[in-house]
Amino acid sequence: MSSKRILLTGLSTYWGGRLAQALERDPGVEAIIGVDRRPPKVELRRTEFVRVHDSHSLIRRIVEAAEIDTVVDTRLVVDSIVTTPRLAHDNNVMGTTNVLAACGGEGNPVRKLVFKSSAAYYGAERDDPAFFTEDMERPHPAQTLIERDIVEAEGAVRAFADRHRHVTVTVLRFASALGPALRTSLSHLFGLPAIPAILGFDPRLQFIHEDDIAGCLEHAVRHDLPGVYNGGGDGVLVLSEVAGLLAKPLLPLLPPVGTGLAASVLRRAGVKISPEALGLLRYGRAVDNRKLKATGYRYRYTSREAVIKLREHQRLAAIVGANQEAYRYERDVEEFLRRSPSVRNRPDSSAFDDLGADELIALLPSLEPAALAELAAHEREHAARPGVLRAIASLQGFEPDR
Amino acid sequence: MTPGTDLRPYLPGVEPERQITDWGRSERVEGLFDRTLVEFFYRLWFRCEVQGIENVPAEGGALLVSNHSGALPPDAPMIAKAIKEEHPHPRPVHLTMEHFFKGFPGFSMLLPKVGGVPAHPANVHRLLYDERQLVLVFPEGRKGTEKLYKDRYRLRRFGRGGFVEAAMRAGVPIVPIAVVGAEESAPIFAHVRPLQRLTGLLYFPITPTFPHFGLLGMLGYLPAKFIIRFLRPVRTDAMGDEPWEDKGLVQTVAQDVRATIQDELIEMLGERRSVWFG
Repeated sequence: MSSKRILLTGLSTYWGGRLAQALERDPGVEAIIGVDRRPPKVELRRTEFVRVHDSHSLIRRIVEAAEIDTVVDTRLVVDSIVTTPRLAHDNNVMGTTNVLAACGGEGNPVRKLVFKSSAAYYGAERDDPAFFTEDMERPHPAQTLIERDIVEAEGAVRAFADRHRHVTVTVLRFASALGPALRTSLSHLFGLPAIPAILGFDPRLQFIHEDDIAGCLEHAVRHDLPGVYNGGGDGVLVLSEVAGLLAKPLLPLLPPVGTGLAASVLRRAGVKISPEALGLLRYGRAVDNRKLKATGYRYRYTSREAVIKLREHQRLAAIVGANQEAYRYERDVEEFLRRSPSVRNRPDSSAFDDLGADELIALLPSLEPAALAELAAHEREHAARPGVLRAIASLQGFEPDR
Repeated sequence: MTPGTDLRPYLPGVEPERQITDWGRSERVEGLFDRTLVEFFYRLWFRCEVQGIENVPAEGGALLVSNHSGALPPDAPMIAKAIKEEHPHPRPVHLTMEHFFKGFPGFSMLLPKVGGVPAHPANVHRLLYDERQLVLVFPEGRKGTEKLYKDRYRLRRFGRGGFVEAAMRAGVPIVPIAVVGAEESAPIFAHVRPLQRLTGLLYFPITPTFPHFGLLGMLGYLPAKFIIRFLRPVRTDAMGDEPWEDKGLVQTVAQDVRATIQDELIEMLGERRSVWFG
């Protein structure tokens, strides 16, 4: 089935926005409607944004009115660092139930559902296999709240798939995500001057770059992939290797016994170690990503490259300050630019000249080396802003540490 | 994608900049141990003698099955070293270890670096079938390493034959190995249960050097002469369709392998004139 009319939940997340941008380029896609509580952070050309979260009846009305054939649900909270446990539970369990309810029932136009989940579904335990495949279950019941939510949400999706055989349901379980736009427990720990570890443990970790998350979601929209698929970059790193790539010392602050207690002390001190990150720091986790690869998806980044990208971002942030959003969505302005007959030159996002220095710098890490060199030459001839030139030079001169 | 698609072509490629594999094995740490401690024990202390190395296949997966002994078993690194040193195509050996070690601080950090892999059936299958590697298992498990000196060279039960099932599923041969010498190098005279509970270890043995010389006493092996004999491989790829479903066959093969090793051990002990000089 080819998706023509698509509804995206979680449009304001990074991958939600990136996915919308990718789908906009496809002339085969007639309509893209994004819903979220907050406005999107990326520039969108023809995606329509509706400010609604996961209210069942409202989404249902949108689905029916717009004859949505594909729903991409990227709203799941997979990290307890971003919100309170109660809100996370509301969003993950109640919200999922609501979205599913809006996709089913008599005469519903939805034929495909893509659900973004997390490898936290598998947990992180002592007797785990080294690589989880999609058919494996966690060896013990979930301990942390967020993992329990994820298991419950996936259960609801599975039940939906069983009841609605005519709907293609894809569940994507992603490894730990890394990327400039993301705030996760792990990226918080990796951003500290020294990376905390549990004494005597050097866990295996797997990462996926945020661009690959958007890529996997798009892949699932474009192809019919019923079932569960793991998403994770090639390669599994050990924590000490990650510290080496980030050029930071590893600090075994947490004792192997009484780890939870020590973590709560650290939490008081501002080092946010989430309960699910403790499991990762002790036992680690990796997934077998081959099932998705066999359907034709090619990852842009390996786990190692995702960490190197994070390192580049950290270096840049040290120069220009904290991450600045390259673009802020002003709904009324966008509406004007898109629709008003008075506008003669519709905005073109591919030119860099109309960007401010900070916005441009934030974009730099996503460029290929050749494009970077071209941009450097262009910048020298025209504006020659010293901050931009310095940022480009630091990226060009950067060779990843062994 | 149809179910049963061969996923082997989709294994991640090797990143040449990395010195650590996806299993957490570190070239650097392994090399360091190999050049120092393992080299010393292999050449000088145990003076390992290797027989039948040609029974280890030069390529493809194979499951190596050996008898097991010693509080901190010296047999595993010696077998791995033997293949590295004596085989015309030296290959890395993956040593299966109990999940316990993944949960114990220190061991959890070190053992994967030198080739240890938790003994999960999925791990063994991936190594044997997908990555076509050599995997060393000790079906006796801790029943072998905790047995007392008076029970030496008497093989314990071979579990439920899980190792045979693993080899059958992967369609790889089983290479039985008989090791003589390890039992005398690290004899256990008694176990102290209360101390075992206190330390959280698998067991707390009394050996000639442990616990009175501390943790390093675990390495205080006696200089017994090692003889490592690789036996004729048992093929598992011509046993019919899905032979692992036939539990009787699995048990029979497991018993056969156990009997082969036990008989060989008795023969080797009969030929041996001295514990220390072979």
